[in-house]
Amino acid sequence: MKAWYFTEMPYPHLPPLDTLSTMRVSLESKHFDPKIGADLYNRYLDEYMIADDAGLNMMVNEHHQTATCLDVAAPLSLAILARQTSKGEICILGNPVANRGDPLRIAEEMAMIDCISRGRLSAGFVRGVPYEIFAANTNPTQTVERLWEGIDLVQKAWTSHDEPFNFEGKFTQRRAVNIWPRPYQDPHPPIWLTGSSDFAGISRAASRGFVFATFLQPYEKVRQLFDAYRGSYRLNGQPGGGGTAFMPLVYVADTESEAEAGMKELLWYMAAKTEPQFRNPPGYVPVEFNVKALQGTFSGRTNAMRAQTLEFQREQGVVMYGTPDQVIAQIKRFYDLVGGFDHLLMMMQAGFLDHERTAQNIRRFAKDVYPAIKDLAGTKPLDLPIAAE
Amino acid sequence: MSEFLTIQGMKIEVERMGAGSPLLVLLSEEAAYERTSPFIAELAKTHELVMPMAPGFGNSERPDWIGNPDDISYIFLDVVEKLGLKKIPVLGLSFGGWIAAEMAVKDDSFISKLSLVNPFGVKIGGPFDRDIQDIWTLHPSKVAALKYHDVEFGKRDYSNTPEAEITIVARNLESFARFCWDPYMHNPKLKIRLPRIQVPTQFIWGANDGVTSAAYGKAYSQLVPGASFVTVANAGHYPQIEQPAEVAKLVNAFLA
Repeated sequence: MKAWYFTEMPYPHLPPLDTLSTMRVSLESKHFDPKIGADLYNRYLDEYMIADDAGLNMMVNEHHQTATCLDVAAPLSLAILARQTSKGEICILGNPVANRGDPLRIAEEMAMIDCISRGRLSAGFVRGVPYEIFAANTNPTQTVERLWEGIDLVQKAWTSHDEPFNFEGKFTQRRAVNIWPRPYQDPHPPIWLTGSSDFAGISRAASRGFVFATFLQPYEKVRQLFDAYRGSYRLNGQPGGGGTAFMPLVYVADTESEAEAGMKELLWYMAAKTEPQFRNPPGYVPVEFNVKALQGTFSGRTNAMRAQTLEFQREQGVVMYGTPDQVIAQIKRFYDLVGGFDHLLMMMQAGFLDHERTAQNIRRFAKDVYPAIKDLAGTKPLDLPIAAE
Repeated sequence: MSEFLTIQGMKIEVERMGAGSPLLVLLSEEAAYERTSPFIAELAKTHELVMPMAPGFGNSERPDWIGNPDDISYIFLDVVEKLGLKKIPVLGLSFGGWIAAEMAVKDDSFISKLSLVNPFGVKIGGPFDRDIQDIWTLHPSKVAALKYHDVEFGKRDYSNTPEAEITIVARNLESFARFCWDPYMHNPKLKIRLPRIQVPTQFIWGANDGVTSAAYGKAYSQLVPGASFVTVANAGHYPQIEQPAEVAKLVNAFLA
């Protein structure tokens, strides 16, 4: 199993949260102080370098128009890490190709970063959470189609080396496609894809050998998603191979009470407020979900787990915290409950968690937890005897 | 009573109601409510209403290639032809008014008179002008206040509604976004084409519309040669819902 350090690069220095109706999309930028922002950017990048020194891999993502995430252009932070780190793998999870609307620029950026990092890149793609629809102004009813058309074009651009090609898709039309540089890895960096309930997408990801990642979901749901991924190996007549990834919030400390205090700070992320219209733009989720919304039992996919208690979240595996031994036990329990997985993506910094404790969290995990989980076996196809053992 | 037509390979639901001279009615994004509303019932007293459901609305199919009201106008022109409707009046409400305008700029030979109630469809001002308030970005409580003079008219209680009917409501909402998200509630070409409309045209506008103001409506009406413009007091974006008798009276007087 590989472990990946992650922070969303939050900007927590806001007016009292009960005076704000939202932290996303429409929170006025007058609340952003560039001097504080400059310190934060540099601090967060320093912490990635501490993670690299400690032996962890690094993952970045991006969001827009939000105090929860200052990384508005993940290829930029990734490019910095490609140059300033030297050991760990780097992963972008991911490129919002549906919202960004320029797949070839993404293909070029990833190829360049793969070269600079000498092949340490994993290139993820995301459909984008509902809030992202607004900053990008993507039609919310078409993001899945846009995502896959974008991935198809990027993959073709990465692997076409003998002559330019033209592309006339539904959303993108380009001529004489012939990107320089080509990726360092051959045929291209590993591709990752995120998802939370789109089983058709999971099957498609598995059949094309992509890593499938899901965030902050209870273990039963994760098991269903990972089973769907593993089951698709055989159904698609493909070797599969990418693997599976899960992201909880993680905090490790000398004592459980110290770890609990740290985790409570990380939960700032879970408490981030968003106005209802941003959580569920029309057509983002299938009609059956919006039937529930009209009946008053659904308010957007991201809400359910966030409202739960710490104990419940810990039991579900969405948060993992405690002494090193406790965290090792929690990871192994989750691993068994979901049928195994390949990548542990860890949000280890959020909210006001300061530099000192973030660095302690990273180093403690790398030194006392990672060695105990590194050798956990990776994803195996469901129908092979080895999976039944 | 509904029938289904096959148009360009898709099933389109057409509801007929009432008795009298025929009237083609293109419902608004509130179609699920409007079908059984007092306004439609009032019109059905003196007209045979022919109400095609837009793709993705009611029980009409929605193929992927349909992206906006311009596309829908070709479907509805085929509906008109298939039903053999000639020289009939057309009434379009909000989103349906936009579709009616898109039809009329292409072919108004089947239209005797055109009545539009708070139609979307054009952009009057520049890039930084908010001609049409953004109903998808603002908080739902603000949107309700913009849409209705009296927000009570916008409240819907689905607690005892059968799931099949709620599914239609949810699908209507989704289809509305599919067709009107971007460019937001307008077709940049429509404004240029509106002078093609040569039939008598009436614009009816809710005086308290906060989504598309009466000033917007007036400017829209001036793009159609000879069109009249009348406002309805104590009504927002859906005067047919808030002041059904008044709007029915204005429509009937225009059609008489």
